[in-house]
Amino acid sequence: MTPPPASPPAAPDDRTLTETGLAASGKGRVLILACGALAHEILALIRMNGWDHLDLTCLPAILHNRPEKITAAVEAAVARHRAGYERIFVAYADCGTGGKLAAACKRLGLEMIAGPHCYAFYDGLAAFEARGEVTSFYLTDFLARQFETFVWKPLGLDRHPELLEMYFGNYETLVYLAQTEDPALDAKARSYAERLGLAYERRFTGMGDLATTLERLSS
Amino acid sequence: MADDDEIILSELSDDELVLQMHDDLYDGMKPEIEEGVNILLERGWEPYEVLTKALVGGMTIVGNDFRDGILFVPEVLLAANAMKGGMAILKPLLAETGAPKVGKMVIGTVKGDIHDIGKNLVGMMMEGAGFEVIDLGINNAADKYIEALKSEGADILGMSALLTTTMPYMKVVIDSLVEMGIRDDYIVLVGGAPLNEEFGKAIGADAYCRDAAVAVETAKSFIARKHNQMKA
Repeated sequence: MTPPPASPPAAPDDRTLTETGLAASGKGRVLILACGALAHEILALIRMNGWDHLDLTCLPAILHNRPEKITAAVEAAVARHRAGYERIFVAYADCGTGGKLAAACKRLGLEMIAGPHCYAFYDGLAAFEARGEVTSFYLTDFLARQFETFVWKPLGLDRHPELLEMYFGNYETLVYLAQTEDPALDAKARSYAERLGLAYERRFTGMGDLATTLERLSS
Repeated sequence: MADDDEIILSELSDDELVLQMHDDLYDGMKPEIEEGVNILLERGWEPYEVLTKALVGGMTIVGNDFRDGILFVPEVLLAANAMKGGMAILKPLLAETGAPKVGKMVIGTVKGDIHDIGKNLVGMMMEGAGFEVIDLGINNAADKYIEALKSEGADILGMSALLTTTMPYMKVVIDSLVEMGIRDDYIVLVGGAPLNEEFGKAIGADAYCRDAAVAVETAKSFIARKHNQMKA
């Protein structure tokens, strides 16, 4: 009898994903090199679909706030892991790198996620573009859980709430792009909208284009 | 009880006060900056001198420390806010006293983009350097930029974008200028977090400016070049 495929390890806590990321398990032929903010979702997809040929490693999610550092971090991780896998897939969109990450992936012969950022691929690239939401500020499940670490504190709003208008004065709505049905997270996201003085909208996206992208990778 | 170490700005000499204002700007202390500006004016300083020595001098230190990773965005914003307080006092006086005008800049964030923190900083530093700044705000289409450039008789176009999705619009604006045969009438400077020098070149801008201080220096050097060409 064939033993069932081994489940991927559970994702570490959000703080570890934010600061450290996730080490590869060393199992699987294809490595997904992702942002730590996607770890829970990618591991859930791997588990759900039994994609035991996929391994996952994540860079610290806090790079989201320092996009100028993403490309070099991805390149270094690729150099570290290349020999151990048949293929590496970069689970980042442009993420504020201004095309630099795409250029690096092209040079290295690697595929990455299409689109500007995770908000777009969760929402679905075409839908996101069609909406043309200029004045929306987005949160995902991860960012809603980590709002203080990724938004409130790094912008100095914990120390200087008077800066709120300078940062968010031109925004109108906080759109929470929900990957899961989680009323508690919905309530949190709503409270953040209030804190930022923005209208609130919850939009359930599920895994969006992240699921279809990884499916393609698995076919 | 009053703090023994409390600094009374009005008791400081001019040189000490300017240095203290640099410190206060660094710490984002708007009321102290406003007080310092008023004291220097009362002592007979020219508004332009207050602006350059006390405010721009202080913001240059802030800008350098931001560039070097010592200060971060919140601190720069607080400093900018303090400078804004001082500028509000000086601006009407500068207009009255006919302070030197280096050139005129039309500045704005591109279509589809509402981020204006960087653009506002550049605008303020350009004003501090003696440029007249026409700020078009956010979400600007090509025709709005072009209309303002023409009607204002501007020397410089400054475009800002924070998003990877909106930065390509800068090329739309530059291409429109080219099509109209007026591209070379203006110095085009671009900036914003996802941009880089390569992108600036690729879209046909004159320069990419990494930060507000670089924008000011770049603008000054292009204007100087333009004047030299006119003389030749």
